[in-house]
Amino acid sequence: MAKQVQQLDRVVIRFAGDSGDGMQLAGDQFTSETAVFGNDLSTLPNFPAEIRAPAGTLPGVSSFQLHFADHEITTPGDAPDVLVAMNPAALKANLPDLPAGRDIIVNSDEFSARNLAKVGYASNPLDNDALDSWRVHKVALTSMTIEALKDTGLGKKEAARAKNMFALGLLSWMYHRPTDGTLRFLEKKFAKLPQVAAANVAAFRAGWNYGETTESFGVSYEIKPAVMKPGVYRNISGNLALSYGLIAASRRSGLPLFLGAYPITPASDILHELSKHKAFGVRTFQAEDEIAGIGAALGAAFGGALAVTTTSGPGLALKSETIGLAVSLELPLVICDIQRGGPSTGLPTKTEQTDLLQAMFGRNGEAPVPIVAAQSPGDCFDAAIEAVRIALTYRTPVFLLSDGYLANGSEPWSIPDLDRLPQLTADFAVATDEPFLPYERDPETLARPWAVPGTAGLEHRIGGLEKADKTGEISYDPANHALMVGLRQSKVDRIAQSIPPLQVDDPSGVARVVVLGWGSTHGVIDAACHRVRRRGIPVAQLHLRHLNPFPADLGGLLRSYDRVVLPELNLGQLALLLRARYLVDVIGINQVSGMPFRAADLEDSLWDILQGVDT
Amino acid sequence: MSLDSVSLDVDLRALAGVPKTEVAQKAKDFKTDQEVRWCPGCGDYVILAAVQGFLPELGLRRENIVFVSGIGCSSRFPYYMNTFGLHSIHGRAPAIASGLAASRPDLSVWVVTGDGDALSIGGNHLIHALRRNVNLTILLFNNRIYGLTKGQYSPTSEIGKITKSTPMGSLDFPFNPVSVALGAEATFVARTIDSDRAHLTSVLRAAAAHEGTALVEIYQNCNIFNDGAFDSLKDPETRGQWLIPLEHDAPIRFGADGSLCVVRRDGDLCVVRTDSVDAAEVVVHDAEADNPSLAFALSRLPGQDLRYTPVGVFRSVRRPTYDRLMADQIAQAELTGDADLGALLRGQDTWTVPATASA
Repeated sequence: MAKQVQQLDRVVIRFAGDSGDGMQLAGDQFTSETAVFGNDLSTLPNFPAEIRAPAGTLPGVSSFQLHFADHEITTPGDAPDVLVAMNPAALKANLPDLPAGRDIIVNSDEFSARNLAKVGYASNPLDNDALDSWRVHKVALTSMTIEALKDTGLGKKEAARAKNMFALGLLSWMYHRPTDGTLRFLEKKFAKLPQVAAANVAAFRAGWNYGETTESFGVSYEIKPAVMKPGVYRNISGNLALSYGLIAASRRSGLPLFLGAYPITPASDILHELSKHKAFGVRTFQAEDEIAGIGAALGAAFGGALAVTTTSGPGLALKSETIGLAVSLELPLVICDIQRGGPSTGLPTKTEQTDLLQAMFGRNGEAPVPIVAAQSPGDCFDAAIEAVRIALTYRTPVFLLSDGYLANGSEPWSIPDLDRLPQLTADFAVATDEPFLPYERDPETLARPWAVPGTAGLEHRIGGLEKADKTGEISYDPANHALMVGLRQSKVDRIAQSIPPLQVDDPSGVARVVVLGWGSTHGVIDAACHRVRRRGIPVAQLHLRHLNPFPADLGGLLRSYDRVVLPELNLGQLALLLRARYLVDVIGINQVSGMPFRAADLEDSLWDILQGVDT
Repeated sequence: MSLDSVSLDVDLRALAGVPKTEVAQKAKDFKTDQEVRWCPGCGDYVILAAVQGFLPELGLRRENIVFVSGIGCSSRFPYYMNTFGLHSIHGRAPAIASGLAASRPDLSVWVVTGDGDALSIGGNHLIHALRRNVNLTILLFNNRIYGLTKGQYSPTSEIGKITKSTPMGSLDFPFNPVSVALGAEATFVARTIDSDRAHLTSVLRAAAAHEGTALVEIYQNCNIFNDGAFDSLKDPETRGQWLIPLEHDAPIRFGADGSLCVVRRDGDLCVVRTDSVDAAEVVVHDAEADNPSLAFALSRLPGQDLRYTPVGVFRSVRRPTYDRLMADQIAQAELTGDADLGALLRGQDTWTVPATASA
């Protein structure tokens, strides 16, 4: 019987299960299949901080949402079209996000009285009318997986662990995904455990075949590849792109990469990734704490390395003093802050933009540090290179802000042409006949010489005490201190001269309202602006890469609009800076829930604000 | 002093990667034009002179030597050394020096620190540097007091010490830096005294020759806030009876004509009159023993009054250094791996959107 094939232009799927159910893995693999197929996509992994929260409970639910389409998309989708729920907890935790009429694929085997009781279901929702508003597909995922693997020699419990692959196989059939990549991935991942590899492959195939033969699924769906700019693409997450950006910058500058880091969610994957690439001369130093991580990096910077430290909010707090020293030493250093929910330990696996003011001001004394922010997973690559450019050119520590959403989310990435990457230079100082002056400055950039040990004639001593202009000797002179404070500030201010003019996106050319943003909100702001424009109100969109210093043309640009609206995942941190700097009345749209904005919410907020504007 | 004859005496395996100078150096080559700003009479002057006097022996290029310090009186040391120098922040010098040494095997990296800097605020970095065994020489100036903040007790001050912050006496029990270092898996631990230039120099020489992290505790007098802290080890009247010079592979005898010695009693070490025991009973020092038990037991001999303080090299063993292992991994990866940036960025799964399909 030939099944019906239906064409769709976009789908949002959410895989949800226990944190031990392998939902992130299933989601990642479905994403890879989707990327290779050529859809545009965006993902939102959402998982608890606990490695294995108590099984079957609401706090233990882990989910992975994927939005894919035959056209360009910029967000992981507000609400799922299909919810895959591996147990009652996953169903209960995710049902509020699922609009009526959408599909639920549910693992009916896990709806035991005990599992139902754990999450407070008095009766089985699969047996009563609780789910009547949705299209429910009851699938005995666990028992069918065990049945499919009965000849593999695995015990029931082990066999049942492959149920995520059964689910992936079923979904892959439903959406006509290519399967070669997944099969290759499984063979490789379990290369040392051939029995497990075979079991996972068998479960995946069984899931696919079940879709093809069962009458429970009468329709499969086709989402054609998206029309994208020509190029070679891959799928990439933010932390991976950031790691690659650093390696590319190391290559481009000819400087060996040195990472000093202490593991912290959600930044650890950068340490993991860079530690794999020793063939590129990358040194990774897992330090005893956050302070030693940046300390070792700063030591390596003094020695002439491309030095990097990675962290998240609480770790950044610990690094503050060393960042101040880097400001005083005027050495290149990239500080990657993969922001998460705060304050304190906060929400380790969730996303926020709440470290901007910490990056801007979190030091004693007048200690300006440039700030660069990435706006999408793939953009972490370019943002990393830009951070390195500023650090090397101006001999300064630089913040690279990413966040949990960018770090773990992924999207198709057009692989860059290596020849077109920015050229980065790091001219070490050389000895001349004149006495060496470690704080003599380049007249254009105000950068001081980078004089690395091993260079005869450049022996010098520097530290965190205030230094005399030019000579770098200790100086407590009031006029000199005022001069040095001014020079350090001017140096950072001058970076603005190297920032290209801002590009405002305003298809109408007549918008009176500009929607400003920074960091990971780019995609959702873009989506919300499109929706508002489709409803007939022109709006301009502007997204900032540089948050310190601001681009030279920012002030004039903001003043040229009647209203400046600024959605941020904080209580108004960039808004505070802009108001202080430009005396512009910035209207904030703020959310601090640990989750990204939803496009529909942002659209509504924008719409409300626009009602008060004469457009 | 002939450069060649001295250099040959020092096993420079630890400094094999550091370029040598072709010009003979003198102590004054290591002096800077900076006015030394320690208090008159401070023990730091003696240590500075000893280091400047000893470095020419190593015959290293000055530009390949780096002194890194933290905060405190001792941490001003780099300003007075005509090498590369980094005066960093409180307690963090071992971490900063570790990053520098791990990324630059061609440098001779020294850390100058004090009892507050190394054992209080920087205690964590010190123990991890020691276990990691990066090629560093750490000079820990121990004056058992905070000097730069003007006289509070330190983590090595004797319990009950009356200071500005402890008018009724300090309550916390002190660290024994040698015991701490041995417990932290250090491969080289030594102790010396600022007043004995010859001993100080011999210990510096052994520390410089050591491949890995070397910790040298230097008893240093703060004549302003803790004057005379080590007088019992310097006074000719008591020195002989209280100070135990350690020599590798030699029986541990001290005092006038070796009248006192160290023996084992009930599994512990103690000091007895030499003529009261058989010669075979006298403990023979073994700094190169893989097991640090003897070195640790020796470090526990002195009481809070410093009676029976061993000086010299407690422990000196070989263990692969962190920086060398790191360099080996990179060399191995470079040999077998493919550093093709284009291939890295492409990864395993790519797809191509042809030009004709563009919108």
